[in-house]
Amino acid sequence: MTTMTATTTQVYRVFIRATPEMIWDAITKPDFSEQYFHGVRLELRDGRRRSTLADGRSWDEAVLEEDPPRRLVHEWSAGYDPELAAEEPSRVTWEIEPRENGVSMLTVVHDRLEGAPKTAEAVSGEGWTFVLSTLKTFLETGTALA
Amino acid sequence: MPGVTDDRVFKALADPTRRHLLDRLFERDGRSLVQLEADLEMTRFGVMKHLRVLEDAGLVVTRRSGREKLHFLNPVPIRLIHDRWIDKYTEQRVAALADLKNRLEEKTG
Repeated sequence: MTTMTATTTQVYRVFIRATPEMIWDAITKPDFSEQYFHGVRLELRDGRRRSTLADGRSWDEAVLEEDPPRRLVHEWSAGYDPELAAEEPSRVTWEIEPRENGVSMLTVVHDRLEGAPKTAEAVSGEGWTFVLSTLKTFLETGTALA
Repeated sequence: MPGVTDDRVFKALADPTRRHLLDRLFERDGRSLVQLEADLEMTRFGVMKHLRVLEDAGLVVTRRSGREKLHFLNPVPIRLIHDRWIDKYTEQRVAALADLKNRLEEKTG
């Protein structure tokens, strides 16, 4: 694969056979998130988004907008990796829109990555793509990919 | 619905101009129509038509930025097709072969 410069705004979209409420729960509740988000337990609490790893390490990000079950905007810092975590925080926007036949459209925009080039590289390609395809499988079949 | 989506993805990819547009977005994401049509010998209308097919397949997502409409490459539909036929066990062997192919081609090319 040729090398690319990861851009400072990245956009990902997936159609999931699930209600917006189910998708909202999946991205904000720890028992769901650990099934598809690399085992990370995610929760929203007091205007913060807390991520907890299986080994107990955790970190917080500021929640910038919270409009269940349609829109969640929060800062992003890669607390799982000290080198990436040292970069400036970026921003992640989750947009959930109901479509016909019980299908919802989930769009993830990861932007403000100007001060976080290594993070931009790490989340592009395999990063978000893996999380979103696993989230779809989890919600549609109830199981995560092995 | 999943079958319909797959059909759209394969149809969208079965055209050299549309693959070229995806390659350009892969090199640099978030481009406007004007930037994308720059090196294509095609009318603006033609490029727009191709971009609409890519958008309908979910391979391109557009966002407004001020007065501009920017086009972003969305690799998720390709990942879903990949997941359907390639499991984690097979992936390692496929990756090893792809690696070998790349190294051999680098040597000869």
